[in-house]
Amino acid sequence: MLSQFIGTGSNFWLPRQGSTSAAGVDFLFNAVTSISIVFFVLITVVLFYFVYKYRARPGHKAQASAVHNQTLEITWTVIPLLIVVWIFWEGFTGFLNLQTPPQNAYEVQVLGQKWKWLFTYPNGVVDDNLHVPPDEPVRLVMTSQDVLHSLYIPDFRIKRDVVPGRYEREWFQALEPGEYQIFCAEYCGTSHSAMLSMVIVHKSRPEFEKWLADAGNFLDKLPPEKLWEGGQKLYNQRGCKQCHSIDGNPGIGPSFKGIWGHTQPLKGGAQVTVEENYVRESILNPQAKIVAGYEPVMPTYQGRLKDKEITAIIAYLKTLE
Amino acid sequence: MTPKNHYLNHTSGFASWAFTLDHKRIGVMYLVATLSSFLLGGLAALAVRTELFSRGPTIMDADTYNKMFTLHGAVMVFLFIIPSIPAALGNFVLPLMLGAKDVAFPRLNLMSFWLWIIGAVFCIGAVVAGGVDTGWTFYTPYSTTTNTNVIATTLGVFILGFSSIFTGLNFIVTIHKLRPSGMTWFKMPLFLWALYGTALIQVLATPVLGITLLLLIAERALGVGIFDPALGGDPVLFQHFFWFYSHPAVYIMILPAMGIISEVISIHSRKHIFGYRFIALSSIAIAAFGFLVWGHHMFVSGQSGMANVIFSALTFSVAIPSAIKVFNWLATLYKGDIHLTTAMIYALMFMITFGIGGLTGLHLGALAVDIHLHDTYFVVAHFHYVMFGGTVIALLSGLHHWWPKMFGVMIDERLGRIAAFLIFVGFNTTFFTQFMLGSHGMPRRYYDYLPQFAIYHRISTLGSYVMACGFFLIAYYLLRSLFRGEAAPMNPFGGNSLEWHTSSPPPYDNFTVTPIAEDPYDYDNLVGDEVSGYKSRTYEGAKA
Amino acid sequence: MMSHEHSPHLQHHFDTPEQQFDAGKLGIWLFLATEILLFGGLFCAYAIYRANHPEIFLYAHQFLDKVLGGTNTVILLCSSLTMAWAVRASQLGQRKLLITLLSLTLLGGCGFMGIKYVEYKAKWEHGLLPGTHFAPHEESTGGPGHGPGETPEHGKRPSNVQLFFGIYFLMTGLHGLHVLAGMGAIGWILVRSVKGHFGPEYFTPVDFVGLYWHLVDLIWIFLFPLLYLIS
Repeated sequence: MLSQFIGTGSNFWLPRQGSTSAAGVDFLFNAVTSISIVFFVLITVVLFYFVYKYRARPGHKAQASAVHNQTLEITWTVIPLLIVVWIFWEGFTGFLNLQTPPQNAYEVQVLGQKWKWLFTYPNGVVDDNLHVPPDEPVRLVMTSQDVLHSLYIPDFRIKRDVVPGRYEREWFQALEPGEYQIFCAEYCGTSHSAMLSMVIVHKSRPEFEKWLADAGNFLDKLPPEKLWEGGQKLYNQRGCKQCHSIDGNPGIGPSFKGIWGHTQPLKGGAQVTVEENYVRESILNPQAKIVAGYEPVMPTYQGRLKDKEITAIIAYLKTLE
Repeated sequence: MTPKNHYLNHTSGFASWAFTLDHKRIGVMYLVATLSSFLLGGLAALAVRTELFSRGPTIMDADTYNKMFTLHGAVMVFLFIIPSIPAALGNFVLPLMLGAKDVAFPRLNLMSFWLWIIGAVFCIGAVVAGGVDTGWTFYTPYSTTTNTNVIATTLGVFILGFSSIFTGLNFIVTIHKLRPSGMTWFKMPLFLWALYGTALIQVLATPVLGITLLLLIAERALGVGIFDPALGGDPVLFQHFFWFYSHPAVYIMILPAMGIISEVISIHSRKHIFGYRFIALSSIAIAAFGFLVWGHHMFVSGQSGMANVIFSALTFSVAIPSAIKVFNWLATLYKGDIHLTTAMIYALMFMITFGIGGLTGLHLGALAVDIHLHDTYFVVAHFHYVMFGGTVIALLSGLHHWWPKMFGVMIDERLGRIAAFLIFVGFNTTFFTQFMLGSHGMPRRYYDYLPQFAIYHRISTLGSYVMACGFFLIAYYLLRSLFRGEAAPMNPFGGNSLEWHTSSPPPYDNFTVTPIAEDPYDYDNLVGDEVSGYKSRTYEGAKA
Repeated sequence: MMSHEHSPHLQHHFDTPEQQFDAGKLGIWLFLATEILLFGGLFCAYAIYRANHPEIFLYAHQFLDKVLGGTNTVILLCSSLTMAWAVRASQLGQRKLLITLLSLTLLGGCGFMGIKYVEYKAKWEHGLLPGTHFAPHEESTGGPGHGPGETPEHGKRPSNVQLFFGIYFLMTGLHGLHVLAGMGAIGWILVRSVKGHFGPEYFTPVDFVGLYWHLVDLIWIFLFPLLYLIS
């Protein structure tokens, strides 16, 4: 019954074990939980028993007893001390495992930005999901475009903050093909809770390689009249969608609906016509012209979108009447 | 039984309160101020939980939600929980427990209160002017780049910090210099040991918060760039500075609470506290160790593995003194005569709810497990169990224990029990489900969530409404007692610390008969019962 | 019981003037401890950034004028001397001497702030400001610094030099604010000295303001070498 609430493969407390590290983490979690339950029951039972047995009632009085007992104090200091030393040790060794990626790990670059994860593969492909081959360790090398984010994959039991100006690493090895949730776990503003992504563990290495090759070529393979579909995919994947709607509703940025070929009023009073040069400039140097009524918060895509990708996006914009 | 002249009616008029130097009046003003903040922070919490009742927008948009949880956290931490027990109950009780006429620096005490007011004005002003959306932790670079009212809020918190520092300074000097002859350190009531440990932290840790906030303001206002990687700065440095204060701050929150529990458990079970020295010294140990563990908030922040290991090891060391206290309180109950007054019910509840909070700290201190649990609802549940299930429950215990002394009236015990039940049920419903949310991977500070988490959020929200009912009931019967409560005797519960040897309420200069310092936990000289109050044979024949 | 011959300065909640004085002493020392912790955060930031980027500190400190900084150090040391002597004078009831010494201390404070103004103004003019405001004028990166005896050779400018100026202005700025507050306090006890409030039976405020002033001096004694004398 519980699984309908909390997903398949999970138990009362924890989600399914999706990585090779999960079992070790779960063992410690469950051990600490068990120790906690034992002490909690002990304290509660003693509490209720004393409150009942020594409850105030007519004729009943407190009886003199020792007000200190060195042996007792030492006992109930040393035993908890030994227990926490054990918990610390297990936590420490488990942490070493989580920290240390194996030598031959497959490396993916990760960029966190408000409010999208972008994964760059060794062949230059950029995708908004984390595709990985099965049964291989994967190392993530991560940085942020703007503020702190944190890449959290609950099923793998891994999490690491993503910091601007430096690179952080985490690793995992998935146990089974399938899809696993990625969350942002460091508050980053308006759409922090929508900064979601998926880990897609492919069924086999060849299947993964095929996906990778297709992803790399997808723009080249499109016939010219379908280039706009490539633009639509980029719009969805590369972080445009988080701020620019296509239904006319203003968001953090202006909506794209129906703007092609029309004029936009700019901050400061000038006007600009939405055509190829303006769109390209807005992507590569977004602070150059700000539409009136909006804040200058768009990150630059200089170095992150190739020319043919910009062309595809332009083709897509033209279709949004 | 109520004296004709006491500190409440000694003088009247706004100015006699606004410019008072009487620690008792200052304590009462702080009580009103901090409980009002609790109401504001609590309403913000209800708004947050209501929004989370359903997926997607329920009653507000994402930006408003972010401002709402920031408001909840900042108000609760800085306006309510840090000042409440020390400044409200501590100010009232501390000099009385020492047989003194006031704290060492009454004018500084008044200044502390006015600094609280000014800090509160800045913070509330920031809310009225559109709010802040950084979370109460103000992490950079988000806090240096968001266009919400960060400077007004942090200035307010900076000022509140000085209110806290001056209260701590005052208490340290008072305990050192104004103890009566015969009251050596190990003859002080344990509430004073707790306040002393708290005051040490207030004085030593809060200035670091001060400089942290100044640096944040300098970064925003002057572009100094100390936390900006583009200018050579380090955003993680902010976290080190922030938590260097904010971790000891949680011991400011819990130590006075533990002091209250020591008093209430002993008095309401008519039994000498067990393990006095261990409890007293554990307060100092917690204060000291509390300075060494700030990095356990930063296990995934990118600090070095070595730092992680050291902070994890030290974190477990802090658990031990707290456990020692719980065992000593249980041992105090043994062979006692336990009166289930409302104050005692809350004290017993503390051991259960703080116990759960403390035990779940073990999960978070263990490195491998914290990686999974950090920044999830598990952490939210943990700190609500220790801060609410610990500090707030203890505050309620202390409030019900000292209410007769402060206002000269008894509280309706039946309503007290009903409210305690509502709060216990509501609190556990709200927050136990959050442990499960967190261990299943639900991150915190989330406006929206995935479908598998919905049932937990619904249950949690319903729990919060039950809790709110409990609090509204408490507010009702406390206020009613002021107008219609039965007159309180000098010593309704049979305590032997010095505040119980003056009238309820006390005269404006605290004592009409000079009190005699004895073992505060020795009840052998007291005769009477809870119906008509207790009298001490030590004072038989003493002339006023 | 003893006769109730209260000193007019004895507050009602203290039993004896000694108890009151002792309490005040402990209080002012605790306050000084909080100030040390407040500055401690800045010293910590200094240590971290200097350890990670020694080249920035080595390069940028050349734009600080050692002569002016050294003069300020001497001024503050002298003012601490006059302040300590003033406390002694108040204990001995030497009212005229007390007034003279407090005035000299105040003068020292003015001198310090005056030189501070000169230094800050020069930084402003040369664009040597923290963070995003850092916009060094060409002649100040290749040419000589202020004051005589500066060498024209500064070496190659490392990136993120503005970090040094951020730390410089934050530390000296916060210190300067404390000097101003100290001057205010000294001014207040100067007025009270003129009114004849202090003597052997009551000199507490002079003593405590003196302690505060010594701390302000002490902080500068650490700031000066750390910022001006890097080699």
